[in-house]
Amino acid sequence: MTGEEIRQVVLEILERIAPDEDLSDLDDAVAFREQMELDSMDFLDIVLELRRAYRIQIDEKDYGHLTTMTTTVAYLEPRLKDVSVAG
Amino acid sequence: MALNDRIVITGIGLAAPNGNSLAEYRQNLLDGKSGVVNYETRYMPPVLAGVCNFDELRYQTRRDVRRGTRAGSVAVYCANEAIRDSGLDWETVEKSRVGVYLGITEHGNVETENEIYEISQFDYDTKVWSHHHNPRTVANNPAGEVTLNLRITGPHLTVGAACAAGNAGFIHGLQMLKLEEVDVAVAGGVSESIHTFGIFASFQSQGALAAHEDPTKASRPFDSARNGIVVAEGGGICTLERLPDALKRGATIYGEIIGHAMNSDASDFVLPNFKRQAECMGLALSRAGITPHDVDLVSSHATATEQGDIGEAAALQLVFGETNAVVNNTKSFIGHAMGAAGALELLGNLPSFDDGVVHATINLDSPDQRCQVSHLVVNEPCDLRSVQHIVNNSFGMLGINSVLIVKKFDG
Repeated sequence: MTGEEIRQVVLEILERIAPDEDLSDLDDAVAFREQMELDSMDFLDIVLELRRAYRIQIDEKDYGHLTTMTTTVAYLEPRLKDVSVAG
Repeated sequence: MALNDRIVITGIGLAAPNGNSLAEYRQNLLDGKSGVVNYETRYMPPVLAGVCNFDELRYQTRRDVRRGTRAGSVAVYCANEAIRDSGLDWETVEKSRVGVYLGITEHGNVETENEIYEISQFDYDTKVWSHHHNPRTVANNPAGEVTLNLRITGPHLTVGAACAAGNAGFIHGLQMLKLEEVDVAVAGGVSESIHTFGIFASFQSQGALAAHEDPTKASRPFDSARNGIVVAEGGGICTLERLPDALKRGATIYGEIIGHAMNSDASDFVLPNFKRQAECMGLALSRAGITPHDVDLVSSHATATEQGDIGEAAALQLVFGETNAVVNNTKSFIGHAMGAAGALELLGNLPSFDDGVVHATINLDSPDQRCQVSHLVVNEPCDLRSVQHIVNNSFGMLGINSVLIVKKFDG
């Protein structure tokens, strides 16, 4: 997956987790939690959905990388470079 | 009886397979309209079920629906409807003095089955098991979701009481009011049982799952052509208050709970014990200070199983056989709503205090002669002109019995 494809995957996960939010103007440089209602259980949904869809195991010590869209994509890009977008 | 010991029903919210408000539900009961439909569940051929279609998003965000459970959504809908109906000025109600008491037959099976299905898609890798599983499956979940939604800070709990649970929720609420532990009890029963295959499969294995080419004719309590239970989902929740509080604010009073009882068969896991059922009714009558002859209507529990129907008929005959009390059955319309059954069955009958009309037991084309129920209301509503006392029966597995007696409020 390219960085842009990963961004789209993460955005779709966020839309499922927060279906009442309008994410069309999400700022990639700003923390997710500052732009949307996202508590710790919601955050774990991001981790779980990535695990289910792409079998990627994100260790708790790495959760800090999933703060903004920019840092999330940067963290995932090398780990998903040989993986295709799930159908 | 001291005024503070008199507990009244001041608001009603419900979600039934054939109605999402008391008015709609009651009209469909009078019109003979069933809520039973064909239904798909995992692993099994299609079954029949009572399915609700209330608007989950009326009181919840999509996020809350996603995070919670179906039972939670049923409870949130019904609780909000009841509070709105009660006329309570919710903004000024002291939330720490409100308690939530909801009867459940079971809880957690749906969510557990869903998770097991999910991990089965990943070769049973438990790393994809959801972190939402525990908050969804704790036994207090439906009541807890109500407190979260309505910002209630008083006590909440569910009352696990098999299919006697709806009455049990009301009973617990009225007891907490009498103890003055709360000022408003949000009480009743809920069920999400149709969302797991297990309950259908278990009844099928027991030879107690209804089947019929016409879903609306599948639930047939007291009928010789019955072949089992139609499982349903739903909820029935009331606001209960002490009489002086209700009078002080000029509340509409749907009825006064003047008697209640619960007991145990102590005889079998699943088979009913009609003597204990009759004793339960007798105890409730005694506590209410009335005789069987004072009762106008008995809302029966009968589920359309042979043993259950015959057993309750025997109990009814023992207690009410010499009286003019009429008997009806609401499961014939909506199926067996499990934890919500007792609540929905009572609520559907409360309007008879106003108009004297009693809805029927439908699908009763060939009464089982082994069920000698005097004055069964058969297929068409009957006009009693006046209804003063309703007895509501609710019985469940492991031999749990509950009876509630509600009196028309006359000041």
